[in-house]
Amino acid sequence: MTNSSPATKADATKLEQESRNATKAQLAEFWYYFSQNKGAVIGLVVFALLVFMAVFAPLIAPHDPDFQYRDSFLVPPVWQDGGKVAFLLGTDAVGRDILSRLIFGAQFSLFIGVVVVTIALTGGIVIGLVAGYMRGTVDTFIMRVMDVILAFPSLLLALVLVAILGPGLMNAMIAIAIVLQPHFVRLTRAAVLAERSRDYVIAAKVAGAGHLRLMFKTILPNCLAPLIVQATLSFSNAILDAAALGFLGMGAQPPTPEWGTMLAEAREFILRAWWVVTFPGLAILITVLAINLVGDGLRDALDPKLKRS
Amino acid sequence: MLRFLLGRFGLLIPTFLGVTLVAFSFIRLLPGDPAELLAGERGISPERKAEVMAQLGFDKPYWQQYIDYVLGIFQGDLGISFASKKPVLDEFLTLFPATAELALCAIILAVCIGIPAGIFAAVKRGSFWDQTIMGTALVGYSMPIFWWGLLLIILFSGILQWTPVSGRISLLYFFPQVTGFMLIDSLLSGQKGAFLSAVQHLILPSIVLATIPLAVIARQTRSAMLEVLGEDYVRTAKAKGLGPSRVVGMHALRNALIPVITTIGLQVGVLLAGAILTETIFSWPGIGKWLVDSISRRDYFVVQGGLLLIAGIIMMVNLIVDLLYGLVNPRIRHH
Repeated sequence: MTNSSPATKADATKLEQESRNATKAQLAEFWYYFSQNKGAVIGLVVFALLVFMAVFAPLIAPHDPDFQYRDSFLVPPVWQDGGKVAFLLGTDAVGRDILSRLIFGAQFSLFIGVVVVTIALTGGIVIGLVAGYMRGTVDTFIMRVMDVILAFPSLLLALVLVAILGPGLMNAMIAIAIVLQPHFVRLTRAAVLAERSRDYVIAAKVAGAGHLRLMFKTILPNCLAPLIVQATLSFSNAILDAAALGFLGMGAQPPTPEWGTMLAEAREFILRAWWVVTFPGLAILITVLAINLVGDGLRDALDPKLKRS
Repeated sequence: MLRFLLGRFGLLIPTFLGVTLVAFSFIRLLPGDPAELLAGERGISPERKAEVMAQLGFDKPYWQQYIDYVLGIFQGDLGISFASKKPVLDEFLTLFPATAELALCAIILAVCIGIPAGIFAAVKRGSFWDQTIMGTALVGYSMPIFWWGLLLIILFSGILQWTPVSGRISLLYFFPQVTGFMLIDSLLSGQKGAFLSAVQHLILPSIVLATIPLAVIARQTRSAMLEVLGEDYVRTAKAKGLGPSRVVGMHALRNALIPVITTIGLQVGVLLAGAILTETIFSWPGIGKWLVDSISRRDYFVVQGGLLLIAGIIMMVNLIVDLLYGLVNPRIRHH
């Protein structure tokens, strides 16, 4: 039954063109609403700069982040008495350039965000889809397990998981991903429950689509909006939690220039050298704030309820 | 109402069992020899090892160990801390008032500032004030609180020397613990200056711990108010000629506060997680610092017990919030 008359072909091309135009129009609409939110645009620009900084860290950083200048311990920032032009933001207790460490630290923070969100999102979507699609005992079991994870404060659970897995950046990321996952599971499940009895899903089912196709190709694309917003928020949470674990000595280990770990190393100097404490924290705050601004903008642009108001 | 209450309570049972299973598995999943880990002794002889395993009940099959563990919980037996050789529950109860005092002060601060700020931002929607308040709230929400604490120490303890760096009260004062709440005990002691010292010690940690809940509450109050302010009954109230303060205070606020109550309840988890960091920075002798210290000195029965008790507290508070929510919102109760 292969029908490839010219008319059908033309129809198919036209349909394809239309769908492409529709996607374009959707993107344009999305950008319109996103760019209405000035904070979100600023956040996006800052975030882009951070990505640039992380990617080109070896080219931008004035010094090797781990090199210890033995003649320059705790040099203050350049604008303060005793500051040196070579060390714009000063040096730490063992003579390492803080600016270079911050620039390299951006690599770690963004890497943490990407890895954690990827693990949590993938796991969350699969588990949530299964729960929402299967219903019954599977659903109940999955949701009770998620309730258990959510019954613990996230940082405490992450700390305990790291105690089991052993301190280190990789294990900290796994722990944070496990702790953040239930949010994705709940969101996906709720979205699937709302979508599964809609006409287009039933039509696909009647047309003979298998379970996997129904779950991943038919339902999932229509549940993405809340997941994207949650992914952005989890990205910033992951950076914060990883920094907190680093600060408590359970995340990245010294001499890694991870911002939280840098803060932990700097703690004993807080009353003597304000700059060793101030800049790493400021870097965390700026990064997290930029991502949260983007997250707010995405929510405004993707949530149809807010668009109308 | 009774059915609603029982229903909510019933939902807690599987979660509680799950929590006990997590706490139970924690010790058994730790890498290394459990006998060496839990006895805190290295390179022990096989005889001593067998003795320790039998003492801890680790020689029994897992299912039996689990049943013993859960039965033990109901008798208040959460194991013994090998650092202090005291029962975990006793240690927890001694330290908990310090965390409770800190968390209570923080949540009071967050509610007293967050709700009015949120209302004000909603009423002045789009204005300079709205943008400033919401901008500040977003900064607070994004704040790495361990760094925020250090900054406040640099400013208020280092440069201005207004507040002490750590602890709950100056070493000059000594009085018996009555309630465990330093503010109350210092007043009861009647010692001059004790109360002031307690306040000075409490103020920075409270601000640090309140930061994130305050931001969340302000944002939630604003969006709840905005939703309610668009409702027909608010328009009717305005049309009747009521003044703005009456419309906002009497008609809008009551309904807007319902979701805010849930948000406040959810902050308990945030507070307890925040306490871990805040207490570490300010050397505050509460359960957050106790747990971090116990993890680093491998006092695993303490970590296990702490996990269980903290999850238990969060579950109880969530249940209370759920019930309160049902009480103020009949639609939920009859759902």
